[in-house]
Amino acid sequence: MILWGSNARETHPIFFHHLLKGVNKGARLYTVDPRRTSSAEWSDGWLGLDVGSDIALANAIGREILAAGLENREFIARATSGIEEYRAKVESYTLEYAERETGVPAAMIRELAHAFASAPRAMICWTLGITEHHNGVDNVLALISLVLLTGHVGRYGSGVNPLRGQNNVQGGGDMGALPDRLPGFQHVENDELRAKFDQLWGVTVPPKRGWHLSGMFDAMERGDLCAVYVIGENPVQSEADQAKAIHLLSNLEFLVVQDIFLTKTAQLADVVLPASAAWAETEGTVTNSERRVQRVRRALAPPGLARDDLEIVVDLAQRMGGNWPATTPEAIWDELRMLSPVHAGMSYKRLEELGGLQWPCYDENHPGELFLHSRLWEDPVPGNRAPFIPVDHDPPVDRLDADFPIRLTTGRRLDSYNTGVQSAGYRSPLRRGESLDISPEDLARYGLADGELVRVVSRRGQISVAVRVDPSLRPGLTFMTLHFQDDVAVNLLTIDATDPKSGTAEFKATAIRIEKLKAAVRVP
Amino acid sequence: MSSVPPIQFYPPARSSQPPMPPEAARVVQVELTIDGRTVSVPAGSTILDACRAEGVDTPTLCYLENLTPINACRVCVVEVAGSRVLAPACSRKVEPGMAVQTDTERVRLSRKVVLELLGSSVDLSTAPQAPAYFARYGADPERFGAAAQPAAANERDGLEAGHHHAADGQPSAATVGQPVKIDNELYVRDYSKCILCYKCVEACGVDAQNTFAIAVAGRGFDARISTEWNVGLPDSACVYCGNCIGVCPTGALMFRSEYEMREAGTWDEAAQTSTDTICPYCGVGCTLSLLVQDNEIVKVTSPLDSSVTEGHLCVKGRFGFSFVQQREPGAAPTT
Amino acid sequence: MDIHVIAPLASPAERAAVDALLGPPSSGWAGGSRDSANDGHVARGGHAARAERDLLLPALHAVQDRIGWISQPALAYICRRLTVPPAEAYGVATFYGLLATRERAPIVAHVCDDIACRLVGAEEVCSDLARTHGPAGQPSADGQTTWLRSPCLGLCERAPAALFTVAGDAPEQIGEAPIDAVGVIARLASAAAGRPIAIDGASLSAEERLADARISVPQAGDDGLQLLARVGRVDPGSLEAYRSAGGYAALNRAIELGPEAVIAEVTASKLLGRGGAAFPTGRKWAGVRAAQGSPKYVVCNADESEPGTFKDRALLEHDPFVLIEAMTIEAFATGASRGFLYLRGEYPLAASRLRNAIALASAAGLLGSDILGSGFAFEIELRIGAGAYICGEETALFNSIEGKRGEPRNKPPFPVEVGLFGKPTAVNNVETLANVPLILREGGAAFATIGTEGSAGPKLFCVSGHVRRPGIYEVPFGTTLRALLELAGGVPAPIGVTADDTIRTILLGGAAGVFVGPEVLDTPLTFEATRAIGATLGSGVVMVFDRTADLVGTLRRIAAFFRDESCGQCVPCRVGTVRQEELLARLAADRPHGSRADELRLLGQIGQAMRDASICGLGQTASSAIESAVRAGIVPA
Repeated sequence: MILWGSNARETHPIFFHHLLKGVNKGARLYTVDPRRTSSAEWSDGWLGLDVGSDIALANAIGREILAAGLENREFIARATSGIEEYRAKVESYTLEYAERETGVPAAMIRELAHAFASAPRAMICWTLGITEHHNGVDNVLALISLVLLTGHVGRYGSGVNPLRGQNNVQGGGDMGALPDRLPGFQHVENDELRAKFDQLWGVTVPPKRGWHLSGMFDAMERGDLCAVYVIGENPVQSEADQAKAIHLLSNLEFLVVQDIFLTKTAQLADVVLPASAAWAETEGTVTNSERRVQRVRRALAPPGLARDDLEIVVDLAQRMGGNWPATTPEAIWDELRMLSPVHAGMSYKRLEELGGLQWPCYDENHPGELFLHSRLWEDPVPGNRAPFIPVDHDPPVDRLDADFPIRLTTGRRLDSYNTGVQSAGYRSPLRRGESLDISPEDLARYGLADGELVRVVSRRGQISVAVRVDPSLRPGLTFMTLHFQDDVAVNLLTIDATDPKSGTAEFKATAIRIEKLKAAVRVP
Repeated sequence: MSSVPPIQFYPPARSSQPPMPPEAARVVQVELTIDGRTVSVPAGSTILDACRAEGVDTPTLCYLENLTPINACRVCVVEVAGSRVLAPACSRKVEPGMAVQTDTERVRLSRKVVLELLGSSVDLSTAPQAPAYFARYGADPERFGAAAQPAAANERDGLEAGHHHAADGQPSAATVGQPVKIDNELYVRDYSKCILCYKCVEACGVDAQNTFAIAVAGRGFDARISTEWNVGLPDSACVYCGNCIGVCPTGALMFRSEYEMREAGTWDEAAQTSTDTICPYCGVGCTLSLLVQDNEIVKVTSPLDSSVTEGHLCVKGRFGFSFVQQREPGAAPTT
Repeated sequence: MDIHVIAPLASPAERAAVDALLGPPSSGWAGGSRDSANDGHVARGGHAARAERDLLLPALHAVQDRIGWISQPALAYICRRLTVPPAEAYGVATFYGLLATRERAPIVAHVCDDIACRLVGAEEVCSDLARTHGPAGQPSADGQTTWLRSPCLGLCERAPAALFTVAGDAPEQIGEAPIDAVGVIARLASAAAGRPIAIDGASLSAEERLADARISVPQAGDDGLQLLARVGRVDPGSLEAYRSAGGYAALNRAIELGPEAVIAEVTASKLLGRGGAAFPTGRKWAGVRAAQGSPKYVVCNADESEPGTFKDRALLEHDPFVLIEAMTIEAFATGASRGFLYLRGEYPLAASRLRNAIALASAAGLLGSDILGSGFAFEIELRIGAGAYICGEETALFNSIEGKRGEPRNKPPFPVEVGLFGKPTAVNNVETLANVPLILREGGAAFATIGTEGSAGPKLFCVSGHVRRPGIYEVPFGTTLRALLELAGGVPAPIGVTADDTIRTILLGGAAGVFVGPEVLDTPLTFEATRAIGATLGSGVVMVFDRTADLVGTLRRIAAFFRDESCGQCVPCRVGTVRQEELLARLAADRPHGSRADELRLLGQIGQAMRDASICGLGQTASSAIESAVRAGIVPA
């Protein structure tokens, strides 16, 4: 197992239970993370790369696998394309180069390359440490190349596994909440696929892809987007470069927010629609990280006049002149099953009986697929071969220099979640509030006491926050969460440099400096 | 980049057949007799599995489907022909030709005495299974005398192995009685109710959470569940997953909210409903069973047979539900 | 493992104690000082780090021996070094009677108050100490010394006994017997003044060592002895002396024969285990040899702790090489390459002699990678217990070696298949192993002619209590109890009174054994004959109680022993031993619940549940002696 840019011990605790079952049976675990996280503490090896040097490391691992002749030649020849371009690309990524770029000793990189390539089964799991970069998609492609090189994909116990951070982020994508996809990942610009929807819905679906989130903010900036309907999202606090986000949202002509709370975003809205809490007050489904569609059920009546999202949307459609009859979650689901082949076999009845089903599930006799890409092991491979897509190392946009010499990276803690809207509600004994976590060496270098309030300055903004010593950090590396935005607006510091393909901002790499306040203030 | 195809425009081709896990070794059936009836179960089954398959009701306290059998409580003991002593049904594997008796005089006596030993030393007032077991075996814990005075707070936690004050001939029976430990907002530990079944240690340890905040300390009757040096949970390695509560068979470990409702007399199991849904936090998709009383979530568990959780949760899933109940009651559309 | 360590750093002395055992820390992540230049981008750990768990008990010993107790910071340092969660390490430390997790004076007298010692005044020693030194556990005014009660120290032939432990840079331990309160206090004062209490130092000559042996083994030097042939004759500190006396001829023969033939010889000898269970040794070895799984281990169970038992101690102290040789033969036969010798913590003299023996054998190529040029490789590690009777149960012993609490495992699976570290393991008692070189020298068939049909070979008995010459005696199986007692000088009695009239009862087999009356004096001492009278040979204890003995007090001490030594894992034993002790106390105080008959019925039911439903032999036999005493009328009805 390689955990790459993931502290699953804290962010995906129950997944980590499964992982530890393997570890306790002898599976080896390597962790690639700038911090020596609690996940890393479980590992046979921790590769503490510098923030944003993932591709340098991945390409060096690929080069070492090729140089040592450990690649799976049969698999590469039969099931992939582009190996020669990949080989040429990684040729310059020597272990020595990687050690310089990442800080990780060459011997450890070599050890991981050999362990990964020679394992009978191996898997790479990642989280936002890979994706929250200006080149997050390239990071993913670099990891995909490693499993293609070794054949660790499409087989039981192998593969690449992005650990989903939110309970239905997978389901949102499944249902077409992506700018270029219709439900079931059917591309909106494909006429043949789109025609099914036009026909069943009796409307003409616009044939062009839309904007992803950061594209929408760009459009707001250009003035191309002037009205926004936000459902269950808190961009005021979750977007990088917060000052800019607030400015753009405030200047919209019309903002509607549908949420269970009066969030900071809702406070800017023209209209707020109080919604029910989907997971406990409504019926429906979500999809988890293993593509398992699972039923959510109503255990509580929503408070006050809060209403089911479904009812709100249907009512809105009625008011806007659409002829949408009142409906049920199951009826909507059955409509989806008609349109999305990968969901076709998932009746509510089967979902209930089987405790969920993993897509693709093509018909009611299909068991769902335990893992994807098994087709790559058929001969000949049905459909396209899996392409190597070579990529180059490109360090974080927010460069370190004499004015901003410290790297700030962000992440989650075990007991809290995102901007804290949900997790602030319970009294966690683990919660310590926001802090700038800092190495013991830096604490001494800046002449600070543990708990002392400091000013943290980036090229975009500044905040005051208490420092806290964290031995898992090395000199020059600091860490904050996004959980306490009401107290400490970390996203005033972060950069909105976004990946052009995914639209994700580089939350993981901010250049900062730490300023000691004139009079030391100790936060208890 | 130019030589490779763009990100796929079509969903990938279907595989010719759904992928499957590696084939498990073929499981052979084993024949044995239980109370004279011939039973056939897969090799590797325990006697308890066989008893349940056969509908023979077998009491258990330290056994749980999602934990490694520790076979410490011994209420499940059965008689196996040819064996000098009784065998714990929960962990003893079946063997071909094994002859098991589940209701002989010997079995009944051991089960009865074990229940009496527990009942005389531990407060079983919130152990749901206890009354039925006691009735079934006619167990009378009073036979050992009235309960001795409970220990002072933390007194038992300081006892050292191998040195105790000899019994003084007083008519009372030693117990594990002591004050409740309340040191955090989320749960309480009432070790007066602890039968030392090790389930919480297993759930905190290798069977699920692997945090190892608690272990058994001390020895013999002085053995107890403890953090290192009995430090409070906030100082310990505890991450408040609450999986120890999830497996506790006697209510020794309890949500603080449940404990307070019970103290206030407002805990009403008859008025509670349980609904399964999916956790609202990360993408793992844990099934939560929400126990609701008066439109309030009062407790959260997870089904043991969930393939995702195997009955175990994290702190957010188990305790992080309050936010849904902290909304303005008059919430209304605003403009 | 993401262990959570809250304590501050250990003191330099505590760290030094641990580092002396484990070497310096490999990195700042593993307990060393922080070094971000080398550790900032890389760490190793995982399986390799967690695989050192078996060093936990040695590390706890290191701190206990150096400091006198194990502080929270010291434990935290050990946990960092060995990747063990502190709660688990605490659970292990608090399992053992000889380890202190609360501050304790560095010099301690552990005063035995168990059944053999209490027959000769141990309670008086304790009450004298309480009066002159202060209550048990209370430190002296200068904080340097204290005393504690202890279960049997295995010095029963010289009772009453005490074990002294002196913590410090050069820790020392010594067992002393007989000793009275004045002696205890003098010894404590001497240690507090910094005077060494050498165990087996240069000051003791070979002749003095041999003389000491003759106290424990009154037969020492007699002709015709087999197991005890070298005791008191051959210097236990000299490999040369052992080899000159025929030592290592058996290993040579084993290597000539090959493993299968060795097992055939042992099988032909009809050797049965001497630890109490009487399992055929040849069958055990064959089982391990045939078992799937590797590596395989051999374990010598030298955790002799049954009250009244001291035979293994005598062998270990006075003939240590025979164990080394026997374990090597056993490993050769079973296919093991690593052996553990688990010795109880109360035997410091045996420990030092075994250490010496292992070192000399290693230096001479009798242990190591190429034993006697045969290519066979085998190493022995000595592991020291820390005050837990239960660790003599073989699976508890495995857990103790593995750095876990010494809690027995459920059987099956048996150690032959799933033993130490989950691997096939041959575990044998000291006396059993001591027979092995004999068998290889004489041949299995010849060995089988010694003793009786069902009980082959010579046997050691620990004779104590009211006899003239307590000690270890070797007799062939089949010797009568009466003959054994005569060998021990008989029972002191007024002129004209027979032994039969003097003896009130005899405890056979130890605290887990059975009280018998003088009517069985002519019973032959064999497995089969004792079984026929409802008794057991157990660990070879023969403890004689005359009509003056405080038998109810003895029974209460036995009950207290089991209550103290129960590991606490299973309900019947954990609570049953308490209820049994309480019940005996009520009877002794003549305050029964209901009638005495009601109480005796209840005692029987507790006993039956413990016997039937306990996990291991401790609980299964915790009522054995007490119930036999009721049957023998020792407890008034």
